[in-house]
Amino acid sequence: MEGGLSAPVILFAAIFTNNILLTNFLGMCSFLAISREINSALGLGMAVTFVMTCTSALNYLVYYYVLVPLDLVTFRYIVFIIVIAAFVQLVEMVIERFSPLLYVVLGVFLPLITVNCAILGVGLFMIIRNYTFVQSVAYGFGGGVGWTLAITALGGMRERLSKAPVPEALHGPGITLIIAGLMALSFMGFSGMIQMQ
Amino acid sequence: MAQMKTRQIFHRGLWEENPVFRQILGICSALAVTNLLVNTLIMGLSLIFVTAMSGVTVSLLRNMTPARIRMMVQVLIIASYVIIVDVVLKAFLPDVSRALGPYVGLIITNCIIMGRCEGFARSNPVWPSFVDGVASGAGYAVVLLTVAFFRELLGFGTVFGFPALPGDWTRWTIMVMPPGAFFVLGTIIWCITYLWPKQQKAKAGK
Repeated sequence: MEGGLSAPVILFAAIFTNNILLTNFLGMCSFLAISREINSALGLGMAVTFVMTCTSALNYLVYYYVLVPLDLVTFRYIVFIIVIAAFVQLVEMVIERFSPLLYVVLGVFLPLITVNCAILGVGLFMIIRNYTFVQSVAYGFGGGVGWTLAITALGGMRERLSKAPVPEALHGPGITLIIAGLMALSFMGFSGMIQMQ
Repeated sequence: MAQMKTRQIFHRGLWEENPVFRQILGICSALAVTNLLVNTLIMGLSLIFVTAMSGVTVSLLRNMTPARIRMMVQVLIIASYVIIVDVVLKAFLPDVSRALGPYVGLIITNCIIMGRCEGFARSNPVWPSFVDGVASGAGYAVVLLTVAFFRELLGFGTVFGFPALPGDWTRWTIMVMPPGAFFVLGTIIWCITYLWPKQQKAKAGK
């Protein structure tokens, strides 16, 4: 995959054919917890997209300019987690200080993001796939948008679902997973367009 | 007495509060690695190791860790054990390590481990924390193996790589693709909630 795909293609692929949530199962926890209604899903999605784009850039720089020269690649998990946590903390403080409105919208979601596996997952995937800097940022951004798309769509469906006659035992997580499966199935329809591993 | 307690913890981790189908935690990897039983088994064992060992460490340090930064400390402890697992897998099982890819690293953000550290190990002595970690990890591994069993059987017609269904079996390819994971796990949760409904419906909502 070295330099094979251009950044726009990766961006597109990360949203549709390789949706980070529906094909890589990243970020499921908050996906199931938050996706009850469209508004909060959208809020969290925006926060995730923002953090994911920035941390994929940061992690890229840290990995290739600090860890590789020092031969400390093994420690990338710890370093990535620290970068993500520190960045989230920083963003939270900046937003709180300068934009109270934005803080009200995104603030509650920010602490959740540190433990969102999608963010760490993007960092790990970009290393495994040998992306360049631009490709990594595109992948981070696309991954975030794809995640937002999936969680918002699911939020919309779950809103409707509350009025549907679902079997008693299937309420809650059960039906959510099956809907997610159907969504993954429909997203597979895109997969003929781009091959990406 | 101590024996009894150990049994109780096991029962709770494996069944009553099973992390996957009772608390819906750690689904990410539950879905991603379950298309082959071998990978799933390794993943389950790794998770048991990490949960148990970080439980022990968090418990050992519980009186020294300032409450304000405890989350950070826990994450670092977990990440250290994950690195150990990662290095060991790379050295001894390179194929599995490649197949699992980033999901080994993603054990760090698996909410089960964090949940056990925060909910149990932080306020309990070392031995119960260890047992609790093993029990929760095992509860997770059992569900994963069940999901993987159905996915591999229906998707490849094999169990642990050995053919288990007649040769003219038409493979349900969809089962080893991502949607299959959602369907199988959803169905398993459905069956379990149907057959053994939660005793107390105290938790409001769904």
